[in-house]
Amino acid sequence: MAVTTAPPPPQAPPASPRLPDLGPIGTLRWMWRRLTSMRTALILLLLLAIATIPGSLLPQRSVDLGAVAEFYQANPDLAPVLERLGLFAVYSSPWFGAVYLLLFVSLVGCIIPRTRAHVLDWFAAPPNAPTRLNRLPGYVTYRSALPPDEAAAQIAAAVRGRWSVGLHRVTSAPGTSAAETSTTRPPDQREPLVVAAQTGRLRETGNVIFHISMIGILLALAGSSLYSWRGEALVVEGAGFANTLPRYDSFTSGARYDTGDLPPFALTLDGLDVRFESDQIAAFGAPRDFAAAVRITDTPGAPPRSELIRVNQPASVDGARVYLSGNGYAPVVDVRNGNGELVFSGAVPFLPRDGTYTSTGVIKVPDLTGGGTEDLALEGFFLPTAVIDDQGPRSVFPDADNPRLLLTVATGDLGLESGGAGSVFSLQGADVTTVTADGGDAVSLLLAPGTSVDLPDDLGTVTFVELRRFAAFDVRADPSGPVALGAAVLVMVGLAMSLFIPERRAWIRITPTTGPEIGARSVVEVAGQSRPRDNGLGAALEHMAAVVRRSAPPVPPENDHRNHAEEDA
Amino acid sequence: MIIDSSLANASDALIVSATVVYTVAMLAFVADLVSTGRASRTITRQLVTAGASGPATTEAVAEPPGTEASVSSPASRIGRIAVTLFLLGTGLHLASVVARGAAVGRVPWSNAYEFATTGALAVSLLFAGLLLRREVRWLGAFVALPIVLTLGVATAVFYAEASDLAPALQSFWLVIHVSVAFIASALFTVGFSLSVLQLVQHRFERQGARPAPTVLRAVPSATVLEAMSFRLHAAGFVLWTFTLVAGAIWAEHAWGRYWGWDPKEVWSLVIWVVYAAYLHARSTAGWGGRGAAWVAVAAYGCLLFNFFGVNYLFVGNHSYAG
Ligand code: HEM
Repeated sequence: MAVTTAPPPPQAPPASPRLPDLGPIGTLRWMWRRLTSMRTALILLLLLAIATIPGSLLPQRSVDLGAVAEFYQANPDLAPVLERLGLFAVYSSPWFGAVYLLLFVSLVGCIIPRTRAHVLDWFAAPPNAPTRLNRLPGYVTYRSALPPDEAAAQIAAAVRGRWSVGLHRVTSAPGTSAAETSTTRPPDQREPLVVAAQTGRLRETGNVIFHISMIGILLALAGSSLYSWRGEALVVEGAGFANTLPRYDSFTSGARYDTGDLPPFALTLDGLDVRFESDQIAAFGAPRDFAAAVRITDTPGAPPRSELIRVNQPASVDGARVYLSGNGYAPVVDVRNGNGELVFSGAVPFLPRDGTYTSTGVIKVPDLTGGGTEDLALEGFFLPTAVIDDQGPRSVFPDADNPRLLLTVATGDLGLESGGAGSVFSLQGADVTTVTADGGDAVSLLLAPGTSVDLPDDLGTVTFVELRRFAAFDVRADPSGPVALGAAVLVMVGLAMSLFIPERRAWIRITPTTGPEIGARSVVEVAGQSRPRDNGLGAALEHMAAVVRRSAPPVPPENDHRNHAEEDA
Repeated sequence: MIIDSSLANASDALIVSATVVYTVAMLAFVADLVSTGRASRTITRQLVTAGASGPATTEAVAEPPGTEASVSSPASRIGRIAVTLFLLGTGLHLASVVARGAAVGRVPWSNAYEFATTGALAVSLLFAGLLLRREVRWLGAFVALPIVLTLGVATAVFYAEASDLAPALQSFWLVIHVSVAFIASALFTVGFSLSVLQLVQHRFERQGARPAPTVLRAVPSATVLEAMSFRLHAAGFVLWTFTLVAGAIWAEHAWGRYWGWDPKEVWSLVIWVVYAAYLHARSTAGWGGRGAAWVAVAAYGCLLFNFFGVNYLFVGNHSYAG
């Protein structure tokens, strides 16, 4: 890789106070800070993992409301206790938020000093050699015929390019590392020179990118909970939907979303194509394909465009997306009162309850007789492939092969005028009595498409005109998506850099010979280090040793040639 | 989609023969470990102590001590047989998974049986690749064992007839998401075996510990195992990160939210966080290689739970995967 880091300008002062070469005490403090922060990060990560788990073991409101209700019924004593601990909404509970926030703070507290240190390090010379070079990998030593200054200059010139290089003069006074200055004359001929070389600073760059991008992801998730919105609406074949708040069966939005900003689109469901498995016994009745053909008008008055919405294939409208989240049947029913007046006509969605689409619903007819006294409710089942035998009525296949409506009749007050938020799918909040036959059993009506039956007590007639399907659309907008995706891509890039780029350091220490020819020749030592241990280090150091040997040739063999690898540590 | 039942039956037969071949390969790997361990007793001891006490060295990570001793000994014959059998098993296994996919005309991962067999295949392919490039015979038994166990459980407990795919599963991003998850899991599996071996080796390398049993003599030192396991875990972690991202993109396409705290998503995140903790533990003072190895073992426990537990225990959007 091309890590040709810009070396500091040659006129840099020899002892720049900004260099992270802090001396032994500074280094210790730096290490201590780093180790303690690593420990903090480790503990917080494990804490986050543990805090995340309960939300997968207990039912969560945000995932499945019904499951929470079931849990309450099954464990009436335990549930309120868990409720107080926030265990049915773990991911919005204060204690989960606390762990999240702590991690966030720690991450920020970790990144700022690391980024600063990394930027300084980027422009600084590679650090000086450790005293005991001979304990490091790839250690080689020999005597060179060149005097130290010349050897150092030659070696530094040869190594530069592949490595980023700095030159240090080892003096007894600490902190006098002369970065990249072969022109500096030695104050003392007997002090060793060190050519320090380094590659792979991008490893740390990657690490910094990674941790900063993690903050981006945490921010995106926070933005999602503030600015996203979502609504669910049922649309019957042939009918339309306008994107306004009242039209939704359920709607939630983030604290900062203004529902007045809902995009003004409209949609018409032309048809719903549904396919179930009917060949394979093992998966009989399993859903195979759902496709909703719709016409979308982006703004009032705009020409409509046709779209096909499938389970994995939403339609995009003005920052929002329309998903097909479910489907079912909506029998079209006419009701006439005892006077033969048509008092109700329309498609009534019945909600599927199981894999064979046994569906439940209620037909609500307000003010049956026109006197304002009595409402009518026809409640019961829709069975797409009905089988009625001594096991009772049920559906055996989700497609409409033998559709039947099975209804009971009730009269009374539906509670519609009181403006209660009663569901259109149930008789919750209504005050009605079921009409019974002479024997005391509830009267039940069975209808096939195209048939009519008389209601009991001369209440009128009901007609199952035809069968339509409905689609459940989930409309969602989450502006944080692109932010999260961008941060996630950076997370991956940074991660790969920080894990796969090896950071290598190598040192060439050139010590003047002692004895009669003091300072005229040199003892050259080469060794290196990597983080983490990498298989390429050995080869890189061998290559470096060869380059070093070529730039500062050894003393010819007859003149005391020493060149051997270390034998014992 | 019509199911091709003759291909499906062939797939079932192939998986059984692959399991048998893997089992024999595993026994051969053990026999190889024993004979290599006997032959290289002295060499092993020297190298192990040098590797354990010295500073970071440049020795090739995957080079087991004792390799030289086994080159022309009878031990190498059983070793070669083990490798050949393992590769044969991998071939049968691959054929079985491909046949299953061809029988149903889609990627073979829509139920727990297919997940387990394809997941085990990813481990086999990874290790076969390692075997061909590096001298890692000593690891064979410890990789073949989890493969055999997985295939056994898959055929005995999870078995499901070949069938078509539910609508929510028909997506490009699903294929990306799941195939990368398989590769990452394979890396974590081999990494896990190495971490366990590393913890065992630590025990025998401790001051005054009993000498290692013969089977472990051909296994490298804890330091070497640590370095190797780190590389696999690091690669696995990057791919697991990608799995989470691809999964989020898929979720965005399929359900309109990129993150919804569904049990499967939660566990994928838990796994990711615990592996991140492993990477941090490696550079945390006082944890070092041993503490980190324990974190890696815990992380693998989460991975197994995600694979086998979550589908059965919880209902979520992902539940049709079970
Ligand atoms: C969302 C939480 C975090 C995740 C997922 C995460 C993940 C990672 C990963 C994958 C690495 C690479 C390990 C390697 O290079 O071997 C790493 C390194 C590192 N992390 Fe984090 N981290 C998180 C939070 C933190 C925090 C809060 C801190 C500081 C308090 C921190 C400090 C560090 C340091 C110092 C390293 C470098 C370790 C080394 O170079 O050996 N991390 N982190």
